Amino acid sequence: MSPTGSLKVTTPSDREIAMSRVFDAPRQLVFDAYTKPELLKRWLGVHRGWSLAVCEIDLRVGGAYRYVWRGPDRPDMGMRGVYREVVRPERIVATEAFDESWYPGEAESTLTLVEQGGRTTLTLTVRYESKPARDAVLKSPMEEGVAAGFDQLAEVLRTLTPGVA
Amino acid sequence: MQPRGYGQLAQERLNATFAALADPTRRAILTRLAAGEASVTELADPFAMSQPAISKHLKVLERAGLISRGRDAQRRPRRLEARPLAEATEWLERYRRFWEGNYQRLDALLDELKAVTKKRGPTKR
Repeated sequence: MSPTGSLKVTTPSDREIAMSRVFDAPRQLVFDAYTKPELLKRWLGVHRGWSLAVCEIDLRVGGAYRYVWRGPDRPDMGMRGVYREVVRPERIVATEAFDESWYPGEAESTLTLVEQGGRTTLTLTVRYESKPARDAVLKSPMEEGVAAGFDQLAEVLRTLTPGVA
Repeated sequence: MQPRGYGQLAQERLNATFAALADPTRRAILTRLAAGEASVTELADPFAMSQPAISKHLKVLERAGLISRGRDAQRRPRRLEARPLAEATEWLERYRRFWEGNYQRLDALLDELKAVTKKRGPTKR
């Protein structure tokens, strides 16, 4: 199993982007941290003065969720979606759309938690409506890096710019 | 979610840099230029590619501001421009830090939850 703490980003298909990370905790706890508002507010996007000001979760098939981040000097950033599949404590499939989206249509995210020896591998896969939609995301700098193989690209950049990274 | 705080212009420049870097031949060209400037002929040498094909890649790199042309009028050597790469590197580091930050906070929270669970005894699964 991968060591904890190392974040992997891949593109499993031409419509998907996936991130995976190992946590040193049973999956029930990771599931709770991802689905209970009072716990989510403690970690998701909460940095440099940003808070998860609104976090509403109706965790059942057809139920909705709503997140709004509030920062010190910028407008709020919100996203919402509907749960399509809920299997406690191992799998959640949900739609997701940002209030100010930079890609067309809705995306569908799948969270899977696999527990082995008290550790949990979290995989978050986001599937876009179409290849053009995913490619729009790929054109945002964040995902362009992912498309080229995040780690590989970061490595290339490090070798090309000595003394920077 | 993605880290914020970059202006439109910086975003466009980053897009151009990342688009230019998405191609393996162009990355190889940049790696070669990191060792020192080189003419188009010298750059085409290690690749099984025609000079026009290499020139096309060079144009993309040039438009992205990643390379420039040297003064020697005959050789027109290309050389690496460090600044856009430094910006791209910084952006990637910031992206990684952003998500690593999220997950490190989650690590800390999970440690807390584990301690609470232990006190209460094992939970039913």
